Amino acid sequence: MTTVASDLHAKPSWRSARSAIMTGLMVAAVGAVALPLVAVLWAVIERGASVAFASFPDFFTSEIPVISRRAGPGMGPAIVGTFLVTGGATLLSVPLGILGAIYLNEYGGTRKLARAVRFMATVMTGVPSIVMGLFIYIMWTMRFGYSAFGGALALAALMLPVVIGSTEQMLRLVPSHLREASYALGATKSRTIIAIVLPAAAPGIVSGCLLAVARAAGETAPLLFAVGAATAYNPSLFDEANTSLSLQIFGNATSSFAAAQDRAWGAAFTLVLLTFLVTFIARVVTARFSRMR
Amino acid sequence: MTADDSHDDIPVQRAAPRIGHRGSGDPQVAIDTPVVFDLEDVAVYYGAFRAVRGVAMKVLKNQITALIGPSGCGKTTLLRAFNRMHDVIPGARVTGKLQYHGIDLYGPQVSATEVRRRIGMVFQKPNPFPKSIYDNVAFGPRVNGTKNKIELDAIVEKSLRAAALWDEVKDRLGSSALGMSGGQQQRLCIARTIAVEPEVVLMDEPCSALDPIATARIEELMRELKSRFTIVIVTHNMQQAARVSDRTAFFTAELDSANDRRTGILVEYDVTQKIFSNPSDERTENYITGRFG
Repeated sequence: MTTVASDLHAKPSWRSARSAIMTGLMVAAVGAVALPLVAVLWAVIERGASVAFASFPDFFTSEIPVISRRAGPGMGPAIVGTFLVTGGATLLSVPLGILGAIYLNEYGGTRKLARAVRFMATVMTGVPSIVMGLFIYIMWTMRFGYSAFGGALALAALMLPVVIGSTEQMLRLVPSHLREASYALGATKSRTIIAIVLPAAAPGIVSGCLLAVARAAGETAPLLFAVGAATAYNPSLFDEANTSLSLQIFGNATSSFAAAQDRAWGAAFTLVLLTFLVTFIARVVTARFSRMR
Repeated sequence: MTADDSHDDIPVQRAAPRIGHRGSGDPQVAIDTPVVFDLEDVAVYYGAFRAVRGVAMKVLKNQITALIGPSGCGKTTLLRAFNRMHDVIPGARVTGKLQYHGIDLYGPQVSATEVRRRIGMVFQKPNPFPKSIYDNVAFGPRVNGTKNKIELDAIVEKSLRAAALWDEVKDRLGSSALGMSGGQQQRLCIARTIAVEPEVVLMDEPCSALDPIATARIEELMRELKSRFTIVIVTHNMQQAARVSDRTAFFTAELDSANDRRTGILVEYDVTQKIFSNPSDERTENYITGRFG
């Protein structure tokens, strides 16, 4: 009997050795992927947090020094500008993108128009952001001047294909038996989409949109031509030059003055913090909405 | 407005033709049993493929009609034709005469959502919505215009009681339907279906994913619901058909000379007792005695 039991023990073999090697490789791969992420976060926090939290909350509220070699805070106008530009872009692109995705997945199918829209969205994903900035510069800024809205337009154009693509994927993942159950109760197609399909896909849609928002919040190139370079608060979406955290990072980091470079680190830290906060809040809200999963 | 009132705006249910008046010559049918579905030469196509053809049968009110036969004989396909579920599948179409209380279900004036409102369906796999138990049952009434909370509460309780689920879930109506067992989920789906007060309940192998105890409960439920609803059930389980149904239709698949593919046909349709004790067709006998299929 004991021989039977002992036969069950694993024997050292090429198979178990290979398993150990593969496990090691996987751990190494995870490390290789995580290392840059951790390094970036660490650099930003180490060099940015001390700047941002020095004489709190001055950095987050004060206006940006007009003379950039002067030391001290702050990034207040850039925070407001980031919210204006990114928020405006979100309001423009998310509803449009979700509606477009609903058309593509629920109504368009393989129709010519749907195929054309899908193709254009794919092409738009590949347009470099600086090209999109130039496009908005020619179409909007040259006529109406610098404004947060111009930046919002450029970012919206960048976000739109991402929102359409990810939302369509999420809608496609909603199992057909849920739609059938709804139809079988006498629900119309539109009712089924609103009451069943969208709530079922909501967490995935929010994730996709958040990804788009977070990426847009850090975009600099499309804003260079459209937003301008303000140093004072400008709460207006449509009038006068504005600024954003990404623009301030770019401007201050390329400056030769140490004070400006410190401000760039502070701005970078603030941007990471804001992105994290927005993502966190959106997650909590969606979790509350979709607790029935 | 109660769910019952809404029946009044359609003349459909009033005009119930009596089978005796047509002189069907079927001795097993009581002279005053109304015909719910009247089929003649019904065929269902998926694109060019004819899945089932030449079906002629009458489904009687307040009876359980079972559709049995081997896999691929078109039982489920035919069942889905009864409430126009094929409408949502691209390329699927139904030909022949399929009348519901004397009205052509596929007539140009007939709305599929109105049809499904009167002819509900329970699916093979329990498919509750990712919502609360309450919201699952209330979905149908809400879709059909019931907004009053007190009225909805009453419908939900009545439907859950009818589905023999009330005592198990009355204290957790607000929790997710997905947390229930498979048998409970299927009874919830039945409750959801009868909450809109349909006249007919179609059941597509409702017990195939359930254990024998849950199956017995559902069968008991079907016998109880028979007094209020007309039930058509597709089943692979011959014992189930013999246990619960009043009339049984046996289908089989035969090579279709037109396109060299197997097409479902109706072999025999009669009182269940006769089908299982003294079938007229040799193929039926072979199937129910286990010599085939």
